Amino acid sequence: MNFLELRDISKRFGGVSALSNFDFELATGEIHCLVGGNGSGKSTLIKIIAGVQAPDPGGQIIFEGRAYLHVSPAESSRLGVQVIYQDLSLFPNLTVAENIAVGRHAGGLRFVNWAANRVAARAAMERIDVALDLDVKVSELSIASRQLVAICRAIAAEAKLVIMDEPTASLTRHEVDSLLALALELKRRDITVMFISHRFDEVLEIADRVTIMRDGVKLGTYAAREMTEQQLAFLMAGKSFSYQTAEREIARTKPILTVDKLTRVGEYQDVSFDLYPGEIVGITGLLGAGRTELALTLFGMNRPEGGSIAIDGRRVAFNSNRAAIDEGIAYVPEDRLSLSLVLDQPIGTNIVLSVIGSLADCWGLIQPARRDAVVRDWIGDLNIKAPNAANAVRTLSGGNQQRVVIAKWLATKPRILILDSPTVGVDLHGKDGIYQIVRSLAAKGMAVIMISDEIPEVLYHCDRVLVMHSGRLTAEVQSHRSSEAALRQAIYA
Amino acid sequence: MREALRRFRQAQEFWLALVIVLLVIVMSILRPNFLSLQNIFDLLGSYAFSGMLVAGLLVVLISGGIDISFAAVATVAQFVALTCANVYGIGWAGVTAIAAAIGLGLGLCNGLLVSTLGIASIIVTIATQSVIYGILLTVTKGQDIFALPPWFSAGIDWPIFTAHDGTQYSMNLQMLGLVAAFFITWLILNRTNVGRQIYALGGNREAAQRVGFNVFRLNLLVYGYMGLIAGLASIVQAQYTQSVSPTALVGRELDVVAAAVLGGASLNGGVGTVLGAILGVALVAILQNGLTILGVSSYWSQFVTGLVIIAAVASMARNVRRRWQNSPGLAA
Repeated sequence: MNFLELRDISKRFGGVSALSNFDFELATGEIHCLVGGNGSGKSTLIKIIAGVQAPDPGGQIIFEGRAYLHVSPAESSRLGVQVIYQDLSLFPNLTVAENIAVGRHAGGLRFVNWAANRVAARAAMERIDVALDLDVKVSELSIASRQLVAICRAIAAEAKLVIMDEPTASLTRHEVDSLLALALELKRRDITVMFISHRFDEVLEIADRVTIMRDGVKLGTYAAREMTEQQLAFLMAGKSFSYQTAEREIARTKPILTVDKLTRVGEYQDVSFDLYPGEIVGITGLLGAGRTELALTLFGMNRPEGGSIAIDGRRVAFNSNRAAIDEGIAYVPEDRLSLSLVLDQPIGTNIVLSVIGSLADCWGLIQPARRDAVVRDWIGDLNIKAPNAANAVRTLSGGNQQRVVIAKWLATKPRILILDSPTVGVDLHGKDGIYQIVRSLAAKGMAVIMISDEIPEVLYHCDRVLVMHSGRLTAEVQSHRSSEAALRQAIYA
Repeated sequence: MREALRRFRQAQEFWLALVIVLLVIVMSILRPNFLSLQNIFDLLGSYAFSGMLVAGLLVVLISGGIDISFAAVATVAQFVALTCANVYGIGWAGVTAIAAAIGLGLGLCNGLLVSTLGIASIIVTIATQSVIYGILLTVTKGQDIFALPPWFSAGIDWPIFTAHDGTQYSMNLQMLGLVAAFFITWLILNRTNVGRQIYALGGNREAAQRVGFNVFRLNLLVYGYMGLIAGLASIVQAQYTQSVSPTALVGRELDVVAAAVLGGASLNGGVGTVLGAILGVALVAILQNGLTILGVSSYWSQFVTGLVIIAAVASMARNVRRRWQNSPGLAA
């Protein structure tokens, strides 16, 4: 029995075809993963199922045997479709209980039955074995807990199909595991789960079936058991990306950065390592291991309480990130959307943001010609695919947005580049591009620190990997002498 | 239990109440008659207008908007309703109905403009305020109304009790309006689904739409309610001052916004309580009244009010920042 069938669904925006002649089936109670690069039509598909967009005439949407030409958002929700968007759509100012039972507030004026709302919220949590304090405001929860709230809300709304749009993008491995367990729990209750993800390991871990999309076309639906990560990657990208560890020649004579017994209580302890010009060093570990906090200290954003940092053997103490930038350190933060980019501003403006002072003439005014030249250079160097540098950054894909951020920091001419989770939310092509950029920068002598959750990412693209655990460096591996399994062992040890 | 205590201590209301209690103690020591029933009743009367408007504004702020035009709306409502009373001899019911209708109508206009133009509500309401004042001053030529019907000047007077010294204390129009405005606002915000929709809208507009709340209708309701309260408050105010002037209410807007923000309502929407709003008005009232009783010039009282608002807002901002830091990985 299929919960949902799509027959010959197409959707065009202007001249661009987002979905063409798409056929799709969701069996009741299965976990179905949807994979595809940026712009492959995944979002459009979700919106059509959720009723946010109507498909072009000619297709059919069949819910449990009943055919519709299109559905409205209200109809879709009544039929049991609940979408958990990437932003989770929660109300930070309301309590967990109220967020879960928020659907009960809909409709015309009437009195609220608070007790019944709590009962409904608790019942939803119990159905999927989640325990959260009902009276805490959602703004006080971690991202992982918020996700649970969003899932409970879908359950409270009597979901028969839960669509999760890249639910794991902002979670660490441990949190991902509990989320995947929850998806299996939903399946056990005969709730159909549609899961959108960039990470193939988790896709293959839980999915019954996988549908692969590229450029608005379905390439096929496969039983997950019969697929491997390599096959998935190949089908999705239309080309194969396989990486291997390789030993690169690095002259480890004089370190550019020396970190000695660096300590900040509650964040990291006794961290010591050297970084050499031209070297790419990965830092990995679980969330809360202190990786980002360490990076922020290296970038002058918070001061260490003990230990020292030396650049070229010269001890430095940064009062601010300005001082760190002057010493040639650049930091590309994890959350590029909120911390790095002014999304509504043009690409060019974003790129020159960090060097705006150096573009000024003797009157303190920006010279447009000089600015445009800088922007052109970086767009060319980093191969940013944008029709026009005057377009807003918002219009770019994740991979290209990340390149803009990198360009912005490279414009400061750093000697040490710190990348924090550089490929989160970037598809395979985008990732590959970023790896190539990093490698070519290192080849030119730049020292790179790459912080990441993804084991393959640090293993195949760094020369050395430092493993952090509860604020301490617990292991250091030479990539070419290690393997994914060995590294995983080191992280979870 | 300890958890509840901790939460209470973090709340803006707790600190406000603390400051108010301290202020009252200091004032009572300096001027023993400060806490007299007479002074309290006077305070309720003179701050009824501001208080009612704070109740209305609270709803707008929680929804994520702001309204600057309420003083202008109130002035028009006052003027038209009492001119009608003078000319056509309508009674209480008529005056109230006209003021309410004018307030509601102008409020709905604000709501309509905010919803359809997609412009920030502060810009929309500054514009409507200007339009409304412009028309009012043109029509009235800036003239006050001093001659009000005798029944209106007498007001209402429900005796509550008589003190030992024979002074009679009674419920008047001002107290009635104040209590009603806060009670109804509390009822809407905390006991009706629409009130919760308003909180949700202020907390996450996009999500409110996705859940299926009708944002257009909510905006109409919120600004309409603000207008309605402004209309009713205008009658309360006219009865209190025994006159109607097209210019008397100008400048009251910021006092009202200040009291609401002091009470913990966030200009970003989604946050605010009726208790906080009441305490906010109380603090402003006690501060200004206290300084007057102490014989401080009213210019200084403005100065001090400003300082208190800066202190309150700064402490709120600090709280928010601390909470933000305590929740890791939180991208608002």
